[in-house]
Amino acid sequence: MPENKSSMHEFTKGLIKENPTLVTLLGMCPTLAVTTMAVNGIGMGLATTFVLVCSNIVISLLKNVIPKAVRLPCFIVIIAGFVTLISFILQGYFPALYSALGIFLSLITVNCIILGRAEAFASKNKLLPSILDGLGMGLGFTLSLFVMGSLREIFGSGSWLGFKIPVISSNPVLIFIMPAGGFFVLGCIIAMVNKIANRKPPAEISCSNCPNAEMCGQTKEDCTREDK
Amino acid sequence: MKLIIILITAVFVNNIVLSQFMGICPFLGVSKQLKSSVGMGGAVIFVMVCATACTYPVYKLLELAKVEYLQTVAFILVIALFVQLVEIVLKKTMPPLYKALGVYLPLITTNCAVLGVTISNIDNSYTFVQSIVNALGTGLAFTLALVLFSGVRARIADSDIPETFKGVPATLVAASIVSLSFMGFGGLFS
Repeated sequence: MPENKSSMHEFTKGLIKENPTLVTLLGMCPTLAVTTMAVNGIGMGLATTFVLVCSNIVISLLKNVIPKAVRLPCFIVIIAGFVTLISFILQGYFPALYSALGIFLSLITVNCIILGRAEAFASKNKLLPSILDGLGMGLGFTLSLFVMGSLREIFGSGSWLGFKIPVISSNPVLIFIMPAGGFFVLGCIIAMVNKIANRKPPAEISCSNCPNAEMCGQTKEDCTREDK
Repeated sequence: MKLIIILITAVFVNNIVLSQFMGICPFLGVSKQLKSSVGMGGAVIFVMVCATACTYPVYKLLELAKVEYLQTVAFILVIALFVQLVEIVLKKTMPPLYKALGVYLPLITTNCAVLGVTISNIDNSYTFVQSIVNALGTGLAFTLALVLFSGVRARIADSDIPETFKGVPATLVAASIVSLSFMGFGGLFS
């Protein structure tokens, strides 16, 4: 069944092969900021997944209604609407997580993964693939936040998901939960992924491989020109 | 005095990029060269200050209508509109400035630092003047981080780095060291 196989592919590609954080290097800000604890990583990941799936659904349904010229503001308003929704849900039911994520909850609005998927996928595809794509990308994002959060929590505070780890908890390496540790751990994880996947190091992050390049109204040449 | 404290806190103690993790994408993407770092920094300072000046009255309006929860939607819309407007106005009236900043303007809409600073101004219940100063400080902090880091990147480019760490990983590890140096400012005001 080729149909089935391809929808499976929409779902799984985001998990590992096109993992938004570790491979396409999108959404770096929340990845670095909220991962001092594994739980926060999961919470942020799931909140983003929720927004991503919902906005993918709406944008995929409205793709013929939204005029091309003003699609960016339209997408952003749709996304911001769902972000407001999820922050109400978290504030009501998970107040601890709500205060831990803080400002980064509102900043899901400008997470380039969501806008990137809206532009690159949902606005061009049917409903079902868009849902699967959103789900896969969101869970891939959650997965990498979880790995990152686990590492930082284990070494930085000597616990994991609230459980104490014997040896490390008496001498936690505080630097891991500080901003500097965030950069360091992410760098190492990306290096490790490169090693395992045995592929060439990803090209430098620059505007030219940003999926939003087209959206921000410039051609890829415009972006790379400044790099030179 | 309060204003000076806000300014210094924003630039050094709570550096937006290195200790608050906002605007990482442009920090890693545009900091390859000093020239583009300064250009991007200038554009961010400009947009941040003006966006704050726009969003502050908007929030007051929302407060009057008792719909503060629309903050995120309203702010991002204002920022997106503002950036477009600035682009058009600069193009028509000040071509040299547009040439210098133009490339970076569209990128700024989705820069979380701009939305972040407008929201944190409200969260900290700053007055209008304090908000503007905070926005200015944050913009300067962003520029400082970019300019400093472009120097570091120039050194990385000439270094012999293990194969797996080439590119982004090495950049991130270097960012970690730069961030470490900014930790020294912590506790400046306590």
